[in-house]
Amino acid sequence: MSARKSERLLNVVICLLVARTYVTKERIREVVEGYAGQTDDAFEKMFERDKDELRDLGIPIEMGTIDKFFSDDVGYRIRRDVFELPEVHLEPDEAAVLGVAARVWQHAGLSEATTSAVLKLKAAGIQTDQSALSAIEPHVGASEPAFDTVWSAVVSRTAVRFQFLRSGATESMTRTLEPWGIVSWHGRWYVVGRDRDREATRMFRLSRIGGDVKTVGDAGAFTVPEGTDLRSLVSELAPPRPTSEAKVRARTGSCVSLRRRANAIEPYEEGWDLLHVPYADSAVLAEEIASYGPDAVVEGPGDVLDGVLWRLRTVAGV
Amino acid sequence: MSNARDQVQRLLALVPYLRENDGARVDDVAKEFGVRPKQILADLKVLWFCGLPGAQMGDLIEIDIESAEGEGVIHINNADYLARPLRLAADEALALLTALRTLREVTAGHDRDAVDRAIAKLEQAAGEAAAAHEGSAAHVHVEPTRPEIAETVNRALAGKRRLHLTYDVPSRDETTERDVDPMRLVVSDGRSYLEAWCRLAEDVRLFRLDRIAAVKLLDLPSEPPPDATPRDLSNGMFQPSERDLLATIRLAPPARWVAEYYPNESVEEGPEGSLVVKLRVADIAWLQRLVLRLGGAATVLDPPDLSSQIAETAREALSAYDL
Repeated sequence: MSARKSERLLNVVICLLVARTYVTKERIREVVEGYAGQTDDAFEKMFERDKDELRDLGIPIEMGTIDKFFSDDVGYRIRRDVFELPEVHLEPDEAAVLGVAARVWQHAGLSEATTSAVLKLKAAGIQTDQSALSAIEPHVGASEPAFDTVWSAVVSRTAVRFQFLRSGATESMTRTLEPWGIVSWHGRWYVVGRDRDREATRMFRLSRIGGDVKTVGDAGAFTVPEGTDLRSLVSELAPPRPTSEAKVRARTGSCVSLRRRANAIEPYEEGWDLLHVPYADSAVLAEEIASYGPDAVVEGPGDVLDGVLWRLRTVAGV
Repeated sequence: MSNARDQVQRLLALVPYLRENDGARVDDVAKEFGVRPKQILADLKVLWFCGLPGAQMGDLIEIDIESAEGEGVIHINNADYLARPLRLAADEALALLTALRTLREVTAGHDRDAVDRAIAKLEQAAGEAAAAHEGSAAHVHVEPTRPEIAETVNRALAGKRRLHLTYDVPSRDETTERDVDPMRLVVSDGRSYLEAWCRLAEDVRLFRLDRIAAVKLLDLPSEPPPDATPRDLSNGMFQPSERDLLATIRLAPPARWVAEYYPNESVEEGPEGSLVVKLRVADIAWLQRLVLRLGGAATVLDPPDLSSQIAETAREALSAYDL
């Protein structure tokens, strides 16, 4: 019977779309095939459900009074300017990239949403080109269990509540967040927003969310602050910029990564170079230098040297 | 069989699509909409009963069902009131814009310019759907590549030319020189890779763009052998091989992050807040460097003699200092 239901739903859309004013429920019942012959009760239920399903698809069904002066009869309508995709003209090279964009998401839900968006654009007469940029394949996945609920909450601007286990902590805490957006850093997803309890901007790694994410309250309950820039928020996840420089002796042909970012490389004694390596955190640099074992020897500064010696001694057991 | 909701969603795009593409073939339309041809025929039969309210003959959408079922060609008439598709829903607009912005990160020159223009126009078309999020609800960070590397790689792919790479291999702490025949540029876990037929390894290899120290466009065509197939990356970039060494390491609390960071075979809680992790190791030098880096917070349990070897390396390293 699903074909009959599709007919009915589409006919409701057409009926409300072509009407010049609000259409009463009674009128809809008369003219739309499928409602006639139902009892009052059955019709009411059917119509309410149909209306919800159509709104769910993003169809803007408005309700209003038919004649504000003479009666309080309410009716429904769909405004064409709100319903229709606005005019959009893409040059051939602009349209061509849509085909690649449709293949980016490796996550079922977002891949479907992108495909559906591209289909609408094609239905508006935009010709995409499958062969353009065919050798470029950016892939974005999302395997965190919390992803789907968090993404829907971001889209609908609904607050969420979840259990979060901080790095290094043993017990999780309940957090309530107005999610502004999500960011992916090296394949890991984070949600950014306003933490209601702490009244501050916070970022949470999705893989550290335990159990179900629950929505709190209604959709559209908050606004994303003007000027919010996910790109700048994500920079908090990036390593800090170097502020100091260490001198490190490196055996010829070794310490490739250190050499690559060295400010300067001077020849040293036979078989060795002296590298000037920029760094932000002495412990992080010490880790890297220790990893090269006998191929790297720190000259200074002292805190990097101490860090390397401490690591090597612990591993050497001396 | 699709449910009514999906079908109505499809029909709202199908009607304007068919109006734009009069005489479209059932098979092509099915492929475009990601359904079977049979489903498109079923969709057309639904449209057959749809039209202006009151549903008099002549008010209904006209579909040439005979031609659709017979010759596989679709003609639609009398559907002027569904001339344009439904506007983009918020999730559609935001998913598409995020995909385009991610694509932007790995394109160069003219292609990047085209992506930028497409983004600007689609933000406009998305209207409120994207405006509530300042146009961006998701941001995918892609590690930047030096522009001269990105441009040369993009040119080689577009022009199907061979490249010479100076490529760093940090796991073996060496720099290599090789000629490669580019196949595609992939982005995975926020990093860009060139997949190419490596003429040195005589195999398909992935090269991280930020590890290419220098690149030269050669005056030779890119000619990967016909049996060179791109790797299936649906399970991630790192697919440990059964042939790799299976090592067991114990991670003290400060090194527990290793279990989360590197792909592994199993993780078990050990004594005193430690973790015991089994992982595949392609290169023993990599494991040795990891243990040295972690400064005693990691211990190799298996292979059994590796731990003492690494301790010996650390003693050798210490001997270079005047202590």
